[in-house]
Amino acid sequence: MATAAGSPQRTLSVPDQSDDQMTGKPPFEPWGRYPKYNANVVPLQWQSDFPAIVSRYGGMHNGALAVGMGRSYGDVCLLKDGNLMVTTGMNRILGWDPETGILTAEAGMTLAQILDFCVPRGYFLPVTPGTKYVTLGGAIANDIHGKNHHVAGTFGCHVPEFELVRSDGTHLRCSATENPDWYAATIGGLGLTGVITWAKLKMKPIVSRKIDYEGIQFHGVDEFLALTEASKHVEYTVSWIDCSSTGKNFARGVFMQGDHTRNPGELKPSPEPKLIFPFEAPGFMLNSASVAAFNTVFFHKQMKKRVTALQDYEPFFYPLDKVLKWNRMYGASGLLQFQYAIPWEHAREGTIAILNEVAKSGLASFLAVLKAFGDVPSPGLLSFPQPGITLALDFPIKPGKSFPLFDRLAKMTLEFGGKLYPAKDARMTAAQYQKSYPEWQQFRRYKDPLLSSSFWERVTREE
Amino acid sequence: MSERVLVLGATSGIAEATCRVWAKQGASLVLVGRSSDKLGAVAADLRARGAKFVETAVADLDDTARHPQLLADSINALGGLDVAYLAHGIMGEQQQSEEDFNAAAQVLYTNFLSPVSLCTWLSNYFVKQGRGVLAVISSVAGERGRKSNYVYGSSKAGLTAFLDGLRNRVDRQGVTVLTIKPGPVKTAMTMGIKGSEKFADPDKVAQSIVDAIHARKDVLYVPGIWKIIMFVIRHIPESVFKKLNL
Repeated sequence: MATAAGSPQRTLSVPDQSDDQMTGKPPFEPWGRYPKYNANVVPLQWQSDFPAIVSRYGGMHNGALAVGMGRSYGDVCLLKDGNLMVTTGMNRILGWDPETGILTAEAGMTLAQILDFCVPRGYFLPVTPGTKYVTLGGAIANDIHGKNHHVAGTFGCHVPEFELVRSDGTHLRCSATENPDWYAATIGGLGLTGVITWAKLKMKPIVSRKIDYEGIQFHGVDEFLALTEASKHVEYTVSWIDCSSTGKNFARGVFMQGDHTRNPGELKPSPEPKLIFPFEAPGFMLNSASVAAFNTVFFHKQMKKRVTALQDYEPFFYPLDKVLKWNRMYGASGLLQFQYAIPWEHAREGTIAILNEVAKSGLASFLAVLKAFGDVPSPGLLSFPQPGITLALDFPIKPGKSFPLFDRLAKMTLEFGGKLYPAKDARMTAAQYQKSYPEWQQFRRYKDPLLSSSFWERVTREE
Repeated sequence: MSERVLVLGATSGIAEATCRVWAKQGASLVLVGRSSDKLGAVAADLRARGAKFVETAVADLDDTARHPQLLADSINALGGLDVAYLAHGIMGEQQQSEEDFNAAAQVLYTNFLSPVSLCTWLSNYFVKQGRGVLAVISSVAGERGRKSNYVYGSSKAGLTAFLDGLRNRVDRQGVTVLTIKPGPVKTAMTMGIKGSEKFADPDKVAQSIVDAIHARKDVLYVPGIWKIIMFVIRHIPESVFKKLNL
């Protein structure tokens, strides 16, 4: 059997020339630029096109998948030889309640667009990832998390209701009380249960754009854990960690914490980013020396052990959004992300072992981010976050080097009882997925038979 | 005071983006389009974004006989008119137009005759009140006919020439005529086309259009680079141009 149970037999991969052909178009690539697959790109624009458009494209080629900004790193936003139904043209506001802060919007609205609308009205995102260029639908489908996971839980915790349209033509309103099983399956359901057409999001009141920021240098995982414990009531905490140093600098980092300031201030919208990474960097630009230099500069940029500042939310949450298309830094071959969540029981030893393995490999990782997940339960059936430690790394794709390292790290993660994040994955095996997400068996009942993704086809393959 | 704007062809990607800029400024809008579902979706969004007043009217703008009534009703609903924005149009299929005159005639009707009818009525209305802005989307494709889309291009060339003459007549009577010439824009229509990630962002195009209206400009190339590109294209000698594949 080639695909998940419940999928109908697929005819295909020969695109119909007379219809929406896939020839002559660039292959669709995720943010990590690996892998890249041909697909037919179809815009989703109007609520009135539902449900017909889902069954129409679901029944053509290799099925269909709704995608937003394509900011997930690997193949959860891809469907090889299928129809990618891009939701970004579906970005209308359906309702706004200034009393409760509940925004009702179409699924293709981006978090950047939500901020532009809500910040001047005194509201902020309840949970935000490290980029604002993702859609509302994508945020639900991947049940994303942010620097406040330990107090706020995942994005799905703040989505009281949404609509799901299935390829059989049904419209399902989903909430904790209405179709609760579909609600749970769709939050973190990787877009496979149907197409999310609109959702409600409960925003958080703010009085200023500013964040009271504090950065604290640390050395080693134990210092990180002590800082985490001491700051468990602070809204936002995250750490940058140096994965390239060994010896006395092993696991040095900067613990960054912040909270929305309580002093009223300006609530103007954000300026447009001006920088754009201009070209695909040649592969040699990223090597262990340049990364070590970057890491040393980053560590010492903060001259003192402890620094406090009143900072705008843009650099605090979205430092990389300042440079549009920063993924080009990794060149045409792209980058591989690796993010695990290891439960508290083995979190300390697992993190030390994996950091050692990375440092030993000498493979560059610029952006290593360490955070403790809290115990706020996610409503999603397949959600990634769980109480413990999460670490996110990225590597340039180098044949023969980064894949074996990745595979070693994935194996270690599972041995420590952890799991990997589908939104950042392009590599884990079907056996690894099925072991670390045992709920997938239950989830299969909710999968739409005409929707799929290259990720799903990869991790549900029987070996 | 809240600006009163009539938008013809309000469900196109560029028009909707432009309406959002106006909504944010608290404008009053009447939206005209063919689909009541789509108009309803656009209108609800604009109300949420801060538009003072939004009304919709379903109409096929090819029906020129209906124009006077449609325009009079819209102005009535707005309680007057400051800006009329014409954004409707069709691309057509060039190949089909080459084979079938009726297909070409449809493109010319929708892109040229329908706006001429609307502009005639609207410019006379604005002349009578001694002010007003007529902002019309033409295209850079109207600057020189090319084999890949000369039927569409000639409909826009006609429209551009009509607007030039109209401006020459009514500008001195207090009426601004803005000819908008967009290059390729990232909309649903162009999604997935090779190179489309380099196309202009509709929100930026929209902001430029609203700014040009406020500045009472005559002609707007958007993005501005197209002014230079079209200058070059217009000046290629015909003996060379006829052999190019553009």
